Amino acid sequence: MSASGDRAGEQPRAPRGPAGPIPAARAIDRLASSVREAAITAALAFGLFLPLIGFETVTNMRNEVTLKTRWPLLFAITAAVAIGRLAYMLTLGPALGRRRLRAAPAPSAWRARAGGLFVPFAIALVVLYPALVIVLNGSSGALKWIDNFGIQILIYVMLGWGLNIVVGLAGLLDLGYVAFYAVGAYSYALLAKTFGLAFWILLPLAGILASFWGILLGFPVLRLRGDYLAIVTLAFGEIIRIVLVNWVDLTNGYAGIGGIPRPTFFGIPFNAGDDGFAAVFGLEFSPLHRTIFLYYIILALALLTAYVTVRLRRLPVGRAWEALREDEIACRSLGINTTNTKLTAFAMGAMFAGFAGSFFAARQGFISPESFTFIESATILSIVVLGGMGSQIGVAIAAVIMIGGTEIMRELDFLKDIFGQTFDPTQYRMLFFGLAMVVIMVVRPRGLISRREPSVFLRERKTISADLVKEGRG
Amino acid sequence: MAVAGNTLLHVEHLTMRFGGLVAVDDLSFDVNEGEITALIGPNGAGKTTVFNCITGFYHPSEGRLGLRHGDAAAWDMLDALTDSGARYRSQRGGTLFLLERMPDYLITHQARVARTFQNIRLFPGMTVLENLLVAQHNRLMRASGYTLFGILGLSSYGAAERAAIDKARAWLERVGLLDRADDPAGELPYGAQRRLEIARAMCTDPVLLCLDEPAAGLNPRESAELNELLLSIRADRGTSVLLIEHDMSVVMEISDHVIVLDYGVKIADGPPRAVRDDAKVIAAYLGVADEEEVAEVEAEVG
Ligand SMILES: Nc1ncnc2c1ncn2[C@@H]1O[C@H](COP(=O)(O)OP(=O)(O)OP(=O)(O)O)[C@@H](O)[C@H]1O
Ligand SMILES: [Mg+2]
Repeated sequence: MSASGDRAGEQPRAPRGPAGPIPAARAIDRLASSVREAAITAALAFGLFLPLIGFETVTNMRNEVTLKTRWPLLFAITAAVAIGRLAYMLTLGPALGRRRLRAAPAPSAWRARAGGLFVPFAIALVVLYPALVIVLNGSSGALKWIDNFGIQILIYVMLGWGLNIVVGLAGLLDLGYVAFYAVGAYSYALLAKTFGLAFWILLPLAGILASFWGILLGFPVLRLRGDYLAIVTLAFGEIIRIVLVNWVDLTNGYAGIGGIPRPTFFGIPFNAGDDGFAAVFGLEFSPLHRTIFLYYIILALALLTAYVTVRLRRLPVGRAWEALREDEIACRSLGINTTNTKLTAFAMGAMFAGFAGSFFAARQGFISPESFTFIESATILSIVVLGGMGSQIGVAIAAVIMIGGTEIMRELDFLKDIFGQTFDPTQYRMLFFGLAMVVIMVVRPRGLISRREPSVFLRERKTISADLVKEGRG
Repeated sequence: MAVAGNTLLHVEHLTMRFGGLVAVDDLSFDVNEGEITALIGPNGAGKTTVFNCITGFYHPSEGRLGLRHGDAAAWDMLDALTDSGARYRSQRGGTLFLLERMPDYLITHQARVARTFQNIRLFPGMTVLENLLVAQHNRLMRASGYTLFGILGLSSYGAAERAAIDKARAWLERVGLLDRADDPAGELPYGAQRRLEIARAMCTDPVLLCLDEPAAGLNPRESAELNELLLSIRADRGTSVLLIEHDMSVVMEISDHVIVLDYGVKIADGPPRAVRDDAKVIAAYLGVADEEEVAEVEAEVG
């Protein structure tokens, strides 16, 4: 930051805004500019959706691919976008613009108290979640809710929290995070199948192996900064995936590894046999038992991640990560070995991905390189960015919205009644994902929770507004 | 090799080239222990480059930078150390470091040279207190068992952290920022940021404090306060100060020894009074196109 910039920052900000002469003229002005904006948006949407929606390839009776056009749908979507933009410009847009000009208000005491209650409440809710869905849906309907929603979301919450250490705290943009997830998954799958080791032994081992790879990757790439670091980590993620595809002897390539041993309840398997969980505990056999058990494992792992991260933030290493994100040169001038500090961030983040990966393998029973593509890295990164880099609660909420939201698309069968029987909501999951991202970024450009909590205080804990906190450049 | 006993930092034949540009040209000077040494010169003279060489941010193209801890007899090891290729060598109560061989973070951590920056480099999104704790990173890291004990919540770390906070509090009191301890550093006014940066550098317990234009952008009252702060730091900790400064009121009032650079070459070296009257120094300054500075120098010198 330059000296003059600081000086300018001291002056109280004068309220800026359109100061038109007559209200009527101003209203017409605004209408005109809104219409113009909407027209531009419509043109953009048309151009974008023309190849995506306007054309459809259909295989006809003679097995030839033919091009079919879908003009009505294309025009309907374009019109919807234009009208949406117009409505936004006329209603929400100016209000948001004005809000951004005002200095961020200090959170009120009420909100602070509500915030303090949020975490215990949320933890209680996720702990009781399986019971809740069983009561609401009966044990047959609950399976889907615990597995597809509960476990799936918690995996991403955990991955988000792990990546948050690297991206949110240390400010190192990592686009290949899924590589460590893959290392964890394959470590578990291969070691469990080859040596028959138990889940609870392999879980820490997978974490250690993943963090070992994190350090191995870290050594060459941490000299790079910003965009270069991002590109190389992206390449690393792809290399791991391609190795998994091509090293057929070890990984079985695209075919993947099946029959991965499932976790047992302290040695008691979840099956219908006489020594199975249900028989031992005198229950009627139900696949729900294992699912609930898996749910609590991933919940415990996610909470462990959160707990460790919260502790680390208050330790010198965590403070050094954040200092690194703020200003690397200053860190070096204070005697901090920045290479080691970055490596610990990489190793820590990778370790949690390794835990999550081995859990993933144990839950699925089958893994293949398909599960570890770049889109996974992108999903996890967008959860971190949308949640607010560095914020644990924000990341958790973002994971619930993004993963829960895309999962819920599977459930929206009533949309078929509106759009016709051929409408398949699951095909629009990615569209929803993108839309949610755009909305969050427009409303909260620095993520859902962007204020920073100081790690230590003398008299009073004051949260730090997002515009002071740096995002890091690697 | 005869290096005077009370020399703390001995700079010899320091040369720094950037491509064809020679920013520092065969510069030699000494910084004495317990003194305030000023490095002055017109814009672009190479002052910041000298700092970057001393603190390891640049690796000098040529030259030797010796720094002594403890016993003055340590200087006798200078040539032996140079030949040995090692970074430092200790003997009976004295250690000698060759800074040009050390990476930047070790220069602060082991050789105990701290610095501030011409463009303030605080951690703006961290609180004032956090800024000072980051400066005590290495000690706290050891106390936290390189994180292991800290994660487990052992009490030895708690004690170390409380000690670090007490030290930070003492420095905040000294620079008058105690009541802003929990505010983000980026929100402080400019003068306060400069003082915080000095306090942060002092939290690393340096033997040599290098300040790059600490009075830049300060008003006269603030720069008088800065003078007092620097004098008091020297008085009660014996910390030597190397200072780059354009503000002649600071330079003339507090420095014991002034070195003048022009186009990377040393043109004067001596007590402030002698340097002020040196014809070459006056010419160098008056030759500068910056009118404000000419007026400033004329007022001081004339
Ligand atoms: N990293 C670099 N690469 C190339 N040239 C550099 C670099 N750093 C400094 N220089 C050049 O070296 C010369 C001396 O710069 P330096 O910043 O040391 O001057 P200074 O005496 O600190 O000036 P000022 O009073 O303006 O701070 C300048 O010509 C500058 O452009
Ligand atoms: Mg300079």
